[in-house]
Amino acid sequence: MSDEVRAEILTTHILDLAKSGRRIDGRGLDDWRTVTVEPGYVTTADGSALVRIGDTAALCGIKLEPGKPFPDTPNAGVLTTNAELIPLSSPSFEPGPPHPRAIEVSRVVDRAIRAAETIDLTRLCVTPGEKCWTCFVDIHVLDHAGNIIDTASLAALSALTHAIVPAKRFGLAEADYALEIQHRPVECTFVRLGDAIVADPLVDEEKACQGRLTVATDEVGRVVAMQKGLIGAFSPDDVKDIVERAFKHGDRLRSLAAGA
Amino acid sequence: MGSVGAKEVPTLLTPDGRRIDGRRLDELRPLSITAGALNQADGSAFVEWGMNKVMAAVYGPREVHPRHLQENNKAIVQCRYNMAAFSVDERKRPGLDRRSQEISKVIAEAFESVIFVEEFPRTSIDVYIEVLQANAGTRCAGVVAASVALADAGIPMVDLLPSVAVGKVAGSIALDLKKEEDNFGEADLPMAMVPQSGRLVLLQMEGHMNREELGQALDLGVQGCRQIHEKMKGALRERYAPSSANPQEANA
Repeated sequence: MSDEVRAEILTTHILDLAKSGRRIDGRGLDDWRTVTVEPGYVTTADGSALVRIGDTAALCGIKLEPGKPFPDTPNAGVLTTNAELIPLSSPSFEPGPPHPRAIEVSRVVDRAIRAAETIDLTRLCVTPGEKCWTCFVDIHVLDHAGNIIDTASLAALSALTHAIVPAKRFGLAEADYALEIQHRPVECTFVRLGDAIVADPLVDEEKACQGRLTVATDEVGRVVAMQKGLIGAFSPDDVKDIVERAFKHGDRLRSLAAGA
Repeated sequence: MGSVGAKEVPTLLTPDGRRIDGRRLDELRPLSITAGALNQADGSAFVEWGMNKVMAAVYGPREVHPRHLQENNKAIVQCRYNMAAFSVDERKRPGLDRRSQEISKVIAEAFESVIFVEEFPRTSIDVYIEVLQANAGTRCAGVVAASVALADAGIPMVDLLPSVAVGKVAGSIALDLKKEEDNFGEADLPMAMVPQSGRLVLLQMEGHMNREELGQALDLGVQGCRQIHEKMKGALRERYAPSSANPQEANA
């Protein structure tokens, strides 16, 4: 049986199940897989976290280094987010320059962190226009079993939450200090399967879906980022419904990121 | 957004609800659309929207390059959204940066959601969007131009794809942000809507809004898309209506 035929049968099966509120792994439409957060996984990083959502795993490492502020933001530090969909994590990822899908993950995770003002970038400024901290948020997706965006975003938040500014090492202060977190954005992703909208999609559900929507919320009730992706559409009412669900799940995930 | 800078924030909204360019909150910038603006492309369009100038061309359905992207049961839609180096105040390094690649991806996915791709297996429909002059909302201007170009190329679609950005400016939800509003506003939410179903095939958001504001923004965007849809139909009528069309041009 060709891959195409197999994929088509599986898609039909997934859509049929969704009609009766069921999913291929037995979850309900609004259920998440088990989420685990392991902060401090990599000791060479200034902050890190390994996050698993079901069989999906992403590792985020934070590195803080002295750098120069951008000319248009002389009073602010620099934040860069990069997500790598490395080939060891899925047969569908290839080595080489970043695929648009990796760029999308990076940018959507970055958007939430930035728009929520997760860290106060002005606090990362050392000498205006001259010297600042550059905060690198690097995410490696290690195992891709669906819903990379949420796994990566939760890994980034957890790693930032536990990050230490290595000020002593760079001779910028007497002692290292904890990176201050102002807000806690969490992204929640949903896909449409026929008329059903399911949370935390598996790879096969992503392949079968008619549209994906990610909503990032923070702890003070703000939506800070959204991204519709893949082929398909959502009505404005779908979007409003998804936003409510994202707030509900977001609060639970936020407590996991802070925990341990 | 992202304005952690020293620049002074201009007055974005007057007490009587006028914006920096005199518009009301629910008012679009002037928009003109020309269908069939290029000679070589299978379909094309030029959009002038506020201070934006955006050109779009469509080629295909044609052979897929690179070959391995080919799909046996449908056409693929490839999009390249690019900004000219001179389209912004400070020269932009030519070529596709990460922002452009992300935008290209979501635009391609939006169009693949409305094109009858099953009708053209093993082919590619290539959409090129070139931003010549930018003043916020370029991805939406690009979608509008590309959608008219797709219609101009005779590609069968569910519907045209009007697109607009809604934002939050000085605490109020506003339609179709211009540059100052985008830079100093609190949120930006670009969307593209299928008029027939009222469903959104492109939706992004950055900034902060509470749920009520977000709901309001979606509703305002839908209303904006309806207005833009009329202008898009107008541009196509202008080019193809038998009463006004020059037959030579129509066949070109």
